[in-house]
Amino acid sequence: METHLQQLTVPAAIARQLRWNAVADLLFRRLTLLFAIFVAVLVFAILVALLVGAWPALSRFGPGFITSAQWNPVTEEFGALATIFGTLLTSTIAMLIAVPVSFGIALFITELAPAWLKRPVGIAIELLAAVPSIIYGMWGLFVFAPWFGDEIQPFLTSTLGNWPLIGALFQGPPMGIGLFTASLVLAIMVIPFIAAVMRDVFELVPPVLKESAYGLGCTTWEVTWNVVLPYTKVGVVGGIMLGLGRALGETMAVTFVIGNAHVLGLSLFMPGNTISSALANEFAEAHGELYVSALIALGLLLFLITFIVLALARLLLLRLSRQEGRTT
Amino acid sequence: MRIKTKLRLLCLALAGLALSGGTVAAQQATEINGAGASFPYPIYVKWAASYNELTGIRVNYQSVGSGGGIRQITAKTVDFGASDAPMNEDELENAGLIQFPMVIGGVVPVMNLEGIKPGEIRLTGELLADIYLGKITKWNDPVLRKLNPDVNLPDRAITVVHRSDGSGTTWMFTNYLSKVSKDWADQVGNNSAVQWPIGVGGKGNEGVASYVARINGSIGYVEYAYALQNNLTYALMQNREGNFVSPNVKSFQAAAAGADWENSPGFYVVLTDQPGADTWPISGASFILMHRQQDNPEIGKAVLGFFDWAYRNGAEQAIELDYVPIPESVYAIVQRHWAKTVTGPDGAPLWNGGGK
Repeated sequence: METHLQQLTVPAAIARQLRWNAVADLLFRRLTLLFAIFVAVLVFAILVALLVGAWPALSRFGPGFITSAQWNPVTEEFGALATIFGTLLTSTIAMLIAVPVSFGIALFITELAPAWLKRPVGIAIELLAAVPSIIYGMWGLFVFAPWFGDEIQPFLTSTLGNWPLIGALFQGPPMGIGLFTASLVLAIMVIPFIAAVMRDVFELVPPVLKESAYGLGCTTWEVTWNVVLPYTKVGVVGGIMLGLGRALGETMAVTFVIGNAHVLGLSLFMPGNTISSALANEFAEAHGELYVSALIALGLLLFLITFIVLALARLLLLRLSRQEGRTT
Repeated sequence: MRIKTKLRLLCLALAGLALSGGTVAAQQATEINGAGASFPYPIYVKWAASYNELTGIRVNYQSVGSGGGIRQITAKTVDFGASDAPMNEDELENAGLIQFPMVIGGVVPVMNLEGIKPGEIRLTGELLADIYLGKITKWNDPVLRKLNPDVNLPDRAITVVHRSDGSGTTWMFTNYLSKVSKDWADQVGNNSAVQWPIGVGGKGNEGVASYVARINGSIGYVEYAYALQNNLTYALMQNREGNFVSPNVKSFQAAAAGADWENSPGFYVVLTDQPGADTWPISGASFILMHRQQDNPEIGKAVLGFFDWAYRNGAEQAIELDYVPIPESVYAIVQRHWAKTVTGPDGAPLWNGGGK
């Protein structure tokens, strides 16, 4: 490089400039590498810090920490089952509601809506995603819960509550507060995230693909199911995972409406607890090493649950891509 | 190369800044930091503002909760801590701390029942414990009806509301229930957070209050000042002498007056279920925590100076905000305690009776 430059007898100023550029390039590359490594180190450091903090509780209770539903600060017996159950249950119900609705929204915006309606609806979705979670919590507690408790809950209890098997899910006093309300608020919170991602990836589908399908006589549904979804599955799964991640870790909105009781119950209308709301509630006032350690262990569990969910999503995508091109 | 020297210069400059900041703080105590209980936060902040106007000393107080206050003062990240639940003598000894009472508060049962006005319902401690244990589940339970013959009690389920966060309020409440109900003491016990047999949990006084306002037929417990400012429907409680009293400044001060502060090592005084005809049974003091041996005598003196001023001149502001000030007789005892226990790094006492 340098000999080449000398042959051309570049003016000294330009040569210096070029050398400086090379150094700057190198510095920049190293710097970005540093940032990338920093993130990995940070994740690892968080894991180590959680492990160290959780160790007193984990070594004391062993695997019983995960299988016990006891949470007694007085006798210092702690188990995470009730909060794990609450976290997974609320997130599952939230996703059951949010994924179909988000899919419908994205489909409407990209395929069905008249052109003049696309922008306003799209902007409304984005605005919804920007609302702070505590606002959803307040809305849930002050607006939704009273209405739900007075109007809907007695009706559900007197109808669905009498059904065999699922009847147990709908028992309890009509408070409007509980696992179900928390799930619903979560669903509303994650819908804009999932819908926005789905819309963006749906729009990436080359029009030529869709038009060919339409040209073959496909209905809108067939185009969506057989062309759009297969083309965008990575993005769609990514959007769902983003939503699920938010639902699993959401703290304040859930704390407002879930009822915050360490109870393991079947009924969706009874109060419960999630890992993050238990942490938000109890960390500041936790007294004693074992109590704090048990709370940190809860944090570690949430970390692991999120990790497992993400890993499962990756696995799902891998399997999907292996199937690619086999069936239509 | 140039970038490297620039970076080096920047580092040096930053280090210099940090050093100079440190030395300024060490030489003159113009700022003291505290953290802890959320219940006394409004009055501490008000006192701090008045004190700052008067002396130029800034007092910062973070309301992080009693548990957080104890953790922070133990780790010496603040100059004083605050806790609603007293630490016992061993805990104080181990952490090298002293504690003294600063304001008095009380816990008030509040409820939501159609047509029931504040002060109409009478409760006893045992009854309250049975409700919170889930033994009494209806508002028209015979025990409640017998106690309140004039009140038209509805056939409605009782929904119990408790605190979901650990709190000094819960500590006082469960301490009282443990004293008056053997079942409560055996099954649940006394702490700033307990395993509640039943009920829903609200975060903070406002969380409990909004759940109570929301749920028909609910009962909860909140700090007195909070119940008063939000016009909640409180209940009358039966005290040790058998009288039904309403929660107010007088009934809280009656609880504090009866306590034996002089002979309680480390001011470990719990004001629940105290004797006295007018005493509110669920009262308690909020405490300040300090290290016995102050690493920086100037800051130690400034902290004591602030609380000395608050004891002497803060009563009026406290009452304005519906807190109950510490009686003067108790303050005299606290002063003597300061003179005996708080020292500089060399062991010399920091407080000389305060004659500012």
